[in-house]
Amino acid sequence: MKNLHTELKESIIEQLNLEDMEPADIGNEEPLFGDGLGLDSIDALELIVLLEKDYGIKLTDPTQGKEIFVSIDRMATYIEENRTK
Amino acid sequence: MENKIYINGIGSISAQPGDVISWEAARLYHENIFPAISPNYKEFIKPMALRRMSQAIKMGITSAKIALNEAEIEIPEAIITGTGEGCKQDTEKFLENLLDQDEKLLTPTSFIQSTHNTIGGQIALNLGCKNYNVTYTQNSVSLETAFLDAQMQFSENPEINSVLVGGVDEISEKITSFRKLDGQLKPDPIKNTDLLKEDSTGTITSEGAHFFALSKEKKQNTYAEFQSVFMKNSIQPEKINDEIEAFLKINKLDLAAVDTVILGINGDNRYDHYYKNPQEKLFKNTTQLAYKHLIGDFDTASGYAVYLAANILKSGEIPEILKLNKLECSVPKTILIYNQYLGRDHSLILLSAV
Repeated sequence: MKNLHTELKESIIEQLNLEDMEPADIGNEEPLFGDGLGLDSIDALELIVLLEKDYGIKLTDPTQGKEIFVSIDRMATYIEENRTK
Repeated sequence: MENKIYINGIGSISAQPGDVISWEAARLYHENIFPAISPNYKEFIKPMALRRMSQAIKMGITSAKIALNEAEIEIPEAIITGTGEGCKQDTEKFLENLLDQDEKLLTPTSFIQSTHNTIGGQIALNLGCKNYNVTYTQNSVSLETAFLDAQMQFSENPEINSVLVGGVDEISEKITSFRKLDGQLKPDPIKNTDLLKEDSTGTITSEGAHFFALSKEKKQNTYAEFQSVFMKNSIQPEKINDEIEAFLKINKLDLAAVDTVILGINGDNRYDHYYKNPQEKLFKNTTQLAYKHLIGDFDTASGYAVYLAANILKSGEIPEILKLNKLECSVPKTILIYNQYLGRDHSLILLSAV
């Protein structure tokens, strides 16, 4: 079974059209926004949709995203704790 | 006194390489829908921004930046865009998601970028330009409407020195194929260079972006003077010549002053007769050129005609592949562009040498 971290990286690369990137290029602790991967606010909206679509997690408060989308590690932990599918 | 308007920079992306004007061989296609030749967009747009852009946005920003660089303008005082069908690729993506996902969990990017004014908006964002920014969507006179606005900006606002104006249209899988369904495209594939010999209905189509950096100042590398633009939705074929003569009169020119005419003939035998009257009467002694056998027909295809006219006026050379008749014009001084689509949306654009 595919590791959740790798699965997440693959989904993010596909969903956010991160051309020329491979899952191995994204570090588990690398910040997704700002100086790290450099994602922006539109990407944050895409990630909210990704959480609900793939893992059945509905974020009712968009500010939660700030705490969850810190890194792949943080996202994976949150998904493991809250996933409904 | 009216200000003169000069074309000081041009960015052109089309299905032909940028050197057609330098007598290079034209690109041949054997299909009725063909894409533009993409430059290396990464040279113009940061990869993180590029990744979510559709073809129209990439072509628009890149051609806009090429035009501005050439004219040495960092921030134009207005950005005016014409697009007949806007960002079709993102529109399709959004609508497909809407259907596939039963109207739930729709991602925002394709929705945000599906609107027609995304192109002008993204150019402004890329440049950091907060000036006047308007997009016109008027079928095949979208670019011409943008030119008219540019002309009005210059004439009504003495503070305006530079305006970026251009036209962009992209092909998309579904919406472009609708043109085939309603007979706007030829039913069978043809070679693009045979388009003008065809006696059948419909045309061929492609995509492209043409941006022009207009300025009140003439420079060393100025291409041409932009004289005037005219549009009329409906004209009877037998009245075309009257409209052209009236337009020239308004611009204080007589017929003899036009030494080259560029026609939007697109191989559709239902509507190409609109060009016959000017060809056989008004301009029978004038060099006649065509261009849609090179880049197909789309709503802002006339941008390619303006690009050709400006280059011809600057270089004094007319590529053989454009010629419809054998009349030579040694030094082109004034070029008239006439275009229409499906017998509607007639436009005239007048350029002159500097």
